[in-house]
Amino acid sequence: MACLLEGPLRISVLSEVTATSRHYVDRLFDPDPQKVLQGVIDMKNAVIGNNKQKANLIVLGAVPRLLYLLQQSSSSDMLRTECAVVLGSLAMGTENNIKSLVDCHIIPALLQGLLSPNVSFIEACLRCLRTVFISPVTPVQLLYSDLTVIPHFICLLSQSLHTQEYITQIFSHCCKTPDHQTVLFNHGAIQNIAPLLNSSSPKVRMQALKCFSVLAYENTQVSMTLVNVLVDGEPLTQVFVRMMQRDKPIEMQLTAAKCLTYMCRAGAIRTDDSSIVLKTLPCLVRMCSKDRLLEERVEGAETLAFLVEPDVDLQRIASVTDHLLAMLADYFKYPSSVSTIADIKRLDHDLKHAHELRQAAFRLYASLGSNDEDIRKKITETENMMDRIVSGLSESSIKVRLAAVRCLHSLSRSVQQLRTSFHDHAVWKPLMKLLQNAPDEVLIMASSTLCNLLLEFSPSKEPILESGVIELLCSLTQSDSPALRVNGIWALMNMAFQADQKVKMEIVRSLGTDHLFRLLSDPDPNVLMKTLGLLRNLLSTRPHIDQLMGSHGKQIMQAVTLILEGEHSIEVKDQTLCILANIADGNTAKELIMTNDDMLQKIKYYMGHSHVKLQLAATFCISNLIWNEEDGSQERQDKLREMGFVDILHKLSQATDPNLCDRAKTAMQQYLA
Amino acid sequence: MRKLLSSELQFPHITANRPYSRCCPRMSHYCWFFQSLTLSLCKKLNTQNPKNMAELGAGSPLLGDPALNYQEHELNERLKRLYPAVNEEETPLPRSWSPKDKYSYIGLSQNNLRVHYKGHGKNHKDAASVRATHPIPAACGIYYFEVKIVSKGRDGYMGIGLSAQGVNMNRLPGWDKHSYGYHGDDGHSFCSSGTGQPYGPTFTTGDVIGCCVNLINNTCFYTKNGHSLGVAFTDLPPNLYPTVGLQTPGEIVDANFGQQPFVFDIEDYMSEWRAKIHSMIARFPIGERLGEWQAVLQNMVSSYLVHHGYCATATAFARATETIIQEDPNSIKNRQRIQKLVLAGRVGEAIDATQQLYPGLLEHNPNLLFMLKCRQFVEMVNGTDSEVRCFSVRSPKSQDSYPGSPSPSPRHGANNPHLHSTGADSPTCSNGVTPPNKTKTHSKYPSISSASSSSSSSPSSVNYSESNSTDSTKSQPHSGTSNQETSDSEMEIEAEHYSNGVAENSSSRIMNGTYKHQEILQVDDNSLGNGVAVESCASKQFCGGNQAATERMIQFGRELQALNEQLCRQYGKNTMHKKMLQDAFSLLAYSDPWDCPMGQQLDPMQRESICSALNSAILESQNLPKQPPLMLALGQATECVQLMARVRSGSCSFARVDNFLH
Repeated sequence: MACLLEGPLRISVLSEVTATSRHYVDRLFDPDPQKVLQGVIDMKNAVIGNNKQKANLIVLGAVPRLLYLLQQSSSSDMLRTECAVVLGSLAMGTENNIKSLVDCHIIPALLQGLLSPNVSFIEACLRCLRTVFISPVTPVQLLYSDLTVIPHFICLLSQSLHTQEYITQIFSHCCKTPDHQTVLFNHGAIQNIAPLLNSSSPKVRMQALKCFSVLAYENTQVSMTLVNVLVDGEPLTQVFVRMMQRDKPIEMQLTAAKCLTYMCRAGAIRTDDSSIVLKTLPCLVRMCSKDRLLEERVEGAETLAFLVEPDVDLQRIASVTDHLLAMLADYFKYPSSVSTIADIKRLDHDLKHAHELRQAAFRLYASLGSNDEDIRKKITETENMMDRIVSGLSESSIKVRLAAVRCLHSLSRSVQQLRTSFHDHAVWKPLMKLLQNAPDEVLIMASSTLCNLLLEFSPSKEPILESGVIELLCSLTQSDSPALRVNGIWALMNMAFQADQKVKMEIVRSLGTDHLFRLLSDPDPNVLMKTLGLLRNLLSTRPHIDQLMGSHGKQIMQAVTLILEGEHSIEVKDQTLCILANIADGNTAKELIMTNDDMLQKIKYYMGHSHVKLQLAATFCISNLIWNEEDGSQERQDKLREMGFVDILHKLSQATDPNLCDRAKTAMQQYLA
Repeated sequence: MRKLLSSELQFPHITANRPYSRCCPRMSHYCWFFQSLTLSLCKKLNTQNPKNMAELGAGSPLLGDPALNYQEHELNERLKRLYPAVNEEETPLPRSWSPKDKYSYIGLSQNNLRVHYKGHGKNHKDAASVRATHPIPAACGIYYFEVKIVSKGRDGYMGIGLSAQGVNMNRLPGWDKHSYGYHGDDGHSFCSSGTGQPYGPTFTTGDVIGCCVNLINNTCFYTKNGHSLGVAFTDLPPNLYPTVGLQTPGEIVDANFGQQPFVFDIEDYMSEWRAKIHSMIARFPIGERLGEWQAVLQNMVSSYLVHHGYCATATAFARATETIIQEDPNSIKNRQRIQKLVLAGRVGEAIDATQQLYPGLLEHNPNLLFMLKCRQFVEMVNGTDSEVRCFSVRSPKSQDSYPGSPSPSPRHGANNPHLHSTGADSPTCSNGVTPPNKTKTHSKYPSISSASSSSSSSPSSVNYSESNSTDSTKSQPHSGTSNQETSDSEMEIEAEHYSNGVAENSSSRIMNGTYKHQEILQVDDNSLGNGVAVESCASKQFCGGNQAATERMIQFGRELQALNEQLCRQYGKNTMHKKMLQDAFSLLAYSDPWDCPMGQQLDPMQRESICSALNSAILESQNLPKQPPLMLALGQATECVQLMARVRSGSCSFARVDNFLH
């Protein structure tokens, strides 16, 4: 009933509004400039707080006319200012309004207006620009397309408190990439904005502070500069510390803590500096408390995660500060249960932030648990933690899934947790599911976690193997992303460690020897290392060695030769020589080396290498070849003696390195026996 | 304290050989006073002196007893700063461990701050605790102390926490009812229970553990090496003592009750709560009574102005706010006149004026009359009261005493000789106090003091005090400018206690003393600092140094004593009166009463209390409130906050009235 009545009523109101709006627009075209001015002023009063009116005026084409008046040099300053004010008011409406304004090329017109000598006109233009630029629908790049804009903005900073407020607000919203940071930095933003931190206006102080947080974010150059800046003789870091005092507004505390965090992460402040340990960290922990707004708690946790990520001492301190681990558990209790109608508004609010809260908590848990076993234990002991991670892994939000898997990865570094809680909660199941179809970001973390779950002592290894993981991992090794290739091959390497013959054959079959050897020439040295590791694990225990060398001996020997001849790091060569030593341990496989004089020469060469590690590996190889108790050992010993190995062994038994010395002596004994 | 030398105190001898020969001739005149006063005064001063010293040591360290060592000084400073709302006379703060309130296995050293274990330490039955000397006062709002683990001893079974009076000391804190502790060996918190809850990290040698009691929400949290560990206990009972407990040999801990800076930034934590409470007060909902409140506030301001007789300001305020003044403007002016007389030290005239304008008032208030007369006596010593001043004006001697002054003004000089002496040296009034203050006054009341010339009046009134003094003795009319200044001076009074008797005072004399407290103190400081003291002291003499005036004073003293005796007969003994009389008379015992233990009486500031008493009495006689509602409200609020402290509401610490007075 109500709807039926309302329908026609609304239409009539709308038409009425349109009619009056039309009148406002018409007045802008009056030949008398005085009447135009009055028209603009009336329009200003009409649109304030009236979104419908704003939309109407835009539809009726008021914007181009206002812009025309604003740009006309014949217009009085008063008129131009009023036009800018009305445009600013229109921008305050919906996002659609902003889009329309930007489409009318309002930005260049307003930027042009900033060249005027009239301060109130400049302020009106800046106010409007501010409103436009802080909207998410405005392309940020528009600020940087004209190279003269930023320097002019910097110049205008000295004009008035208003210009300071608007300009710093624009900067803090429009500095989104390292390039933007560099542009602002190069134009002296730091020196010009720093004094504003002591401004008499709280708004200016706040916006200036925000500028520094966006400028310093992951920017070493800016951060390094900031530590040397003085504001009224006081170091900037001290100003930030002062802004974190507990009686300051929360937003100010949080933003100042961000600035210091970014400076610390960029290496400009030591992690054991008291401004970090005793001020920034506790401030960020406070931001995670239940008393704070949901947005503040999200930002607080994210920033804290960033701060403590690389430093175990900070992780330890944070983990005991104000029961942080328990505090974070509360992040998962949103949306909280709703009992009354009045709570529905809160429910809406909770829902909006629930994902953000969860991902922030997961990220912070991940950071806290990345190094210290005790902290990991405490995290897993936090109420329902593993269940929460498990359900987090299958959440709809990518951000939450990513954060959950990060957290799981962090915890998977614990042998104890792998053996207990990980197995109890069958975390491998959702993890495997996650690996089926996910963006690279998630895949990297998930596969990395899987690597740990495939470690030989992990009870999850068996069920994962049974779930057909090999195919999946092999497909990862074919990925374009080096990180995914590493994780794939790494997981396979872990899987092959002391595995059954069946599993090993399955790996070789799935991977395909061609691909395996292609990985040995991978541009990423990590991939190469792990592939060699895989080979080494595959080539362990005599029957396995013989079988594998029997089927793929030729290719393997070829690959080994190639690597030993190539330009590779010590680690890679060491790993390769270890593979060779494993081959030398096989019954039949030995012959592949013994019959390859070139290879023996290489071993000889590495026994005389300057690096002890390589000498050791090569000696190990020879030691395996001449080991008594095996068939044909006498012939091999003779051949190698002829080749001069005994002399080398003799020399090595005098080596200063005790391991090498021992190894050489053991090998010599084979001849004596 | 500087001048409290024993030789000076023993004034019985001064009749014979007083070192200041100049004073000797006068002494004989009031010898009779001493006969009656000497004995009692001597006794009083001698006994008072050591007592004063003792009080200094305990209560008010700011005055700097040399016996106080640096650490104690720092402790007192810090405690004062951290807990300004605590009245240590009622509720002393813990400053050390109590040697009486401890188990025998506990040893104390280093001013009772270091605790060590000296028992067997075989099992939990050998646990031992010690409490601080005093419980934590609720008025702290937020209380904090730290304990440094000097050595964890054999097993590090150390507990840090709180316990109530009487809790068994053969235990670690936390194990019993009304006992709370955080233990180093397992990091658990013990809340009146033998089994702990996982709380924080363990602690050991080298760690500093802090314990913070929030008396606003009755919770407690600990800190470790400056990091807050989060809430440990809630719903704490009142009157808990800081407590530590040890259990194995070798355990040593040091307490810091404020002797040293704390590792944890407790002041930052306090600032958060201060801000919270202030915003709670600021946001206190008044709902629909908004309009009512405004009327109440306006009424308060108006009644305050009226009460103090700021007639023009009150009228202007009433006009601006469209309110009505209850009292007749003439009545206000009368009161103002009397007040000005008292503040100018012309108490005799004030008494006359009161008797004339409010007949019967003083007769009905014999106590007040006696107080006024006592004050009059003091002012006679000061040389300010008209009864003695009339002599000195004509006295040629007084001119001699100010040889450098171009326009000798004895009464002014007597009022404030320092000011005068500087004025004599440099006619531009180089003490530099008045002009800046005046401009400040103007800026405070910009809308009201519109007509008065802010720039011209400040220098002119300075000159006023010097140039006017000669002709003013007989000058009658004042030109238009001086009238303007009159209206101006009304405003100045509010801020500066500036007495400018020209305006309403139909009498021919002009008093233009500067009575602002800070000014006088400041001038005194200056003079003491740069050695002017001797000179100015010499220039300050009894009753302005006039013989006749001195005689008049002595006669008045007799009358006063007679009045006292009469009152005694009529109303019985009054110790207050006796004391007042003694104090006033004792001024005569010194060659330089301005610089003697009793000299404070001569401070013009002392006129204020009697002035407001007289004003209140007049108002009361007119059936008007004897106290302005504003002061009443202020007093009630202050009292409320103190009451909060007594009923253990910790927020009183951050809701102090003076936080809101600027």
